[in-house]
Amino acid sequence: MTTTLTEAPPPVASTAQQRTPPRARGRLTPYWLLLPGVLWLLVFFLMPMVYQASTSVQTGSLEEGYQVTWHFATYWDALSEYWPQFVRSVLYAGSATVLCLLLGYPLAYLIAFRAGRWRTLVLILVIAPFFTSFLIRTLAWKTILADGGPVVGALNTLHVLDVTSWLGMTAGDRVLATPLAVVCGLTYNFLPFMILPLYTSLERIDGRLHEAAGDLYATPFTTFRKVTLPLSMPGVVSGTLLTFIPASGDYINADLLGSTDTRMIGNVIQTQFLRILDYPTAAALSFLLMAAILLVVTLYIRKSGTEDLV
Amino acid sequence: MGSATTSAMTTGTTPVTAFARFARWFRRRLVVFAGLLTLGYLLLPNVVVTVFSFNDPKGRFNYAWQGFSADAWRDPCGVSGLCGSLAVSLQIAAWATLGTTVLGTMIAFALARHRFRARGAVNSLIFLPMAMPEVVMAASLLTLFLNMGAQLGFWTILIAHVMFCLSFVVVAVKARVMSMDPRLEEAAQDLYAGPVQTFVRVTLPIAAPGIAAGALLAFALSFDDFIITNFTAGSTVTFPMFVWGSAQRGTPVQINVIGTAMFVVAVVFVLAGTAVANRRKKQQE
Amino acid sequence: MTTVTKKTTNTMTTTRTATDHSGDVRLSGITKTYGSFTAVHPLDLTVPEGSFFALLGASGCGKTTTLRMIAGLEEPTAGTVSLGGQDVSHLPPYKRPVNTVFQSYALFPHLDVFENVAFGLRRRGIRSVRKQVEEMLELVQLGEHARKKPHQLSGGQQQRVAVARALINHPRVLLLDEPLGALDLKLRRQMQLELKRIQTEVGITFIHVTHDQEEAMTMADTVAVMNAGRVEQLGPPAELYENPRTTFVANFLGTSNLLEAEVDAASGDDIVLRAGVSTLVLPRARCSAPATAGGKVLAGVRPEKISLVHADDSGEVPAGRNRITGRIAATSFTGVSTQYVVDSPVCPRFEVYAQNVDRDPRLVPGAEVVLHWNPAHTFGLDAAQDIDAGVGTAEEEALA
Repeated sequence: MTTTLTEAPPPVASTAQQRTPPRARGRLTPYWLLLPGVLWLLVFFLMPMVYQASTSVQTGSLEEGYQVTWHFATYWDALSEYWPQFVRSVLYAGSATVLCLLLGYPLAYLIAFRAGRWRTLVLILVIAPFFTSFLIRTLAWKTILADGGPVVGALNTLHVLDVTSWLGMTAGDRVLATPLAVVCGLTYNFLPFMILPLYTSLERIDGRLHEAAGDLYATPFTTFRKVTLPLSMPGVVSGTLLTFIPASGDYINADLLGSTDTRMIGNVIQTQFLRILDYPTAAALSFLLMAAILLVVTLYIRKSGTEDLV
Repeated sequence: MGSATTSAMTTGTTPVTAFARFARWFRRRLVVFAGLLTLGYLLLPNVVVTVFSFNDPKGRFNYAWQGFSADAWRDPCGVSGLCGSLAVSLQIAAWATLGTTVLGTMIAFALARHRFRARGAVNSLIFLPMAMPEVVMAASLLTLFLNMGAQLGFWTILIAHVMFCLSFVVVAVKARVMSMDPRLEEAAQDLYAGPVQTFVRVTLPIAAPGIAAGALLAFALSFDDFIITNFTAGSTVTFPMFVWGSAQRGTPVQINVIGTAMFVVAVVFVLAGTAVANRRKKQQE
Repeated sequence: MTTVTKKTTNTMTTTRTATDHSGDVRLSGITKTYGSFTAVHPLDLTVPEGSFFALLGASGCGKTTTLRMIAGLEEPTAGTVSLGGQDVSHLPPYKRPVNTVFQSYALFPHLDVFENVAFGLRRRGIRSVRKQVEEMLELVQLGEHARKKPHQLSGGQQQRVAVARALINHPRVLLLDEPLGALDLKLRRQMQLELKRIQTEVGITFIHVTHDQEEAMTMADTVAVMNAGRVEQLGPPAELYENPRTTFVANFLGTSNLLEAEVDAASGDDIVLRAGVSTLVLPRARCSAPATAGGKVLAGVRPEKISLVHADDSGEVPAGRNRITGRIAATSFTGVSTQYVVDSPVCPRFEVYAQNVDRDPRLVPGAEVVLHWNPAHTFGLDAAQDIDAGVGTAEEEALA
């Protein structure tokens, strides 16, 4: 139900917003309203980032404590050791995002234009999986993709596994513990985050536009390409971001459905922080991930021109 | 309004045979079938979770079907620590919802109803946590807690949850307040309601759906969170952490029971809510 | 400034007598600026108690800002607002004895009709509101809709709830901000009469903001035409229409034919003008510009005052009429009348409305015609103004 993140300013009773909001009687009122929440975010969101930045350039050990020594080599070491996990994260998250878009668009379109009186029910069904803990649902994929199970059997019979094997996404006649399983899990987990923003932007399209396009000699496919798709771009953009960002930092799917060969950067950060307790390396990795994401998001938003995501 | 994705193949004319008619019928509904397949993909794990809540597994793991048993349903708390972790999760989610709803609503009102200098900066500060992978926030928060020497547990989890749910509440409430006609508040003032009365009698009731949506979202996010909790929990075990732990050691059927029960309760709740809303709408018309 | 006769019936405010000026709304030197933009220039205005006063102008002319300053929703940059002799300039809206009917009504969507109407009473701590609310709903003929929510009502009904919600508080002044803007034409006509009826019945001062000149003229006793933050002219509708003093008023209020003319002689009660080959006579009393021989003025005449004859019959035009020759450029038949656009050497697009009593079949585009009218219907304006000020603004507004 995270679509609210991406909703453009909602349509407003025609003239309601032409005027500026009523001025506050007290000039300080907004600051009092902001104070507690913003303070919370400053202390528990922004300050940790600063701490983390400082930790990433510290050296020392758990026993003797850490000192800021501006040891930037940590970044270099982390990158040279863990670049495969970085690349893998981008690849897996990217594939999952593309799959989400391909799978999600028809469903969003179905809800927006074809569901009729079933619309509410289908929407509820899209959100419904959220009501069960996502870890439990992810574990269910272990059953679904189990070796020798019906799904793997069917894929084998259809020779799909030969293709994915050749692509390096599966190994032999297994799906579990392969990249395919991880991507499949990621796709599953973040699919609603793609469908809901898509639906919100499709739903805003006036159905008469389709008729107008048809009236102006557009075939259904042209109508889709020239009218529906461009108008749904805000949904595509926010859906993509909402899928890609969390997917790139995820370590649960890789851990539950993958193997040591499918570890993503999230797994590394988690292990470094919680098991190996090598804080500087973990901090450096997490900082690199953050920087990469911010860079990607900024470029993507700049390019797609959707400025007001909040 | 044809099925837009599909009719790319509509080239030339086909003789009207039974097959061609079927092909056309199918092509028109291709987007519907594709959508339903996706829906199936989304719901399949829930089906599996439900079915396997009646499994009678022989080993420690509940991944393969062995036989029917309703034992787990008769004794959902039969696994040590399961219901305790559920209680912890519910407690944290309740407090986190309360905290984020209050703080988030305040911020949303400030942003939607006032002009002030730091507006852009505040907007960015709200947006950033949503554009940040959880593992990054989790790791940096842990760094802070370690540096401050904080005792990890209930309170650190609560702090973390309020932090990452806050933005979502702000966005939900802000959308609602922004879509509210500012003239309604002016009308209230014009009709002798002072600032406090205007807020209580007009602003708050109209913003209520947005606040409720934000609160529900916060509850769901907090209750189901694993990554951030995993970093900030210390030895406290929430429900998702219990599930995670059991995935390493052995998954009791009771987990599926809880998962299924949550699903059923929530769906019934939502359906009932929709039905009531529909009936009210019909009555009014 | 205003010269409106007061109503002697004042049913709801019996304590105040008709000649008592205590109920007047008085604006003195009231100004509103936003940064470098001046929305309202220093404005002095007195609205007599019990009158129906209209502020008329295109969007952005400052009329709504003026209204909001009276309501207390906008603080004046300078100047004062006083109600019945009491300075209320610095009172917040909830402490002013003034109520507003908002544009698009601003009915509380979470409250039903009854509670919307009772809102003001309840806020003032009045417990038993039932009787009053029911009476008020009866006045606006909404008795059976008391328990409906605003979105279940039609536009006209919502509008009446908005009026009832404001009137129930017995305000000194009722402010109406484009109250009929959201209604369709037919309903608008009906509500105009309805509002007029209610105003007569309760005798409260109404200040009505509108861009619709017909609406203003139909309803108000006094109309103030505003343009660019200033009041251009103020007076009873008929006076404004018959004797506009600026080109803006002439063009904004109905249609005017304006032509530039040279003053030939200015003696006695009449001014003799020369426009091309024509000689026109203008009563001095109807000329708002200083007219000296050799100077220029704009001569104006309303389209419905003009008679049109075919050039072949020019001999039938009685003596002593102002006359102009031209050629018909276009005609349009509207039922009650036929509208002609005539190209004349002195004025390119002269409009003439002729009643469809006896239609002359020769009056078709291309026909040479003679236009003539009673000199008493001519008005004179200062030639230094933009001749097209106010043209089209009313139409654009209506479309928006």
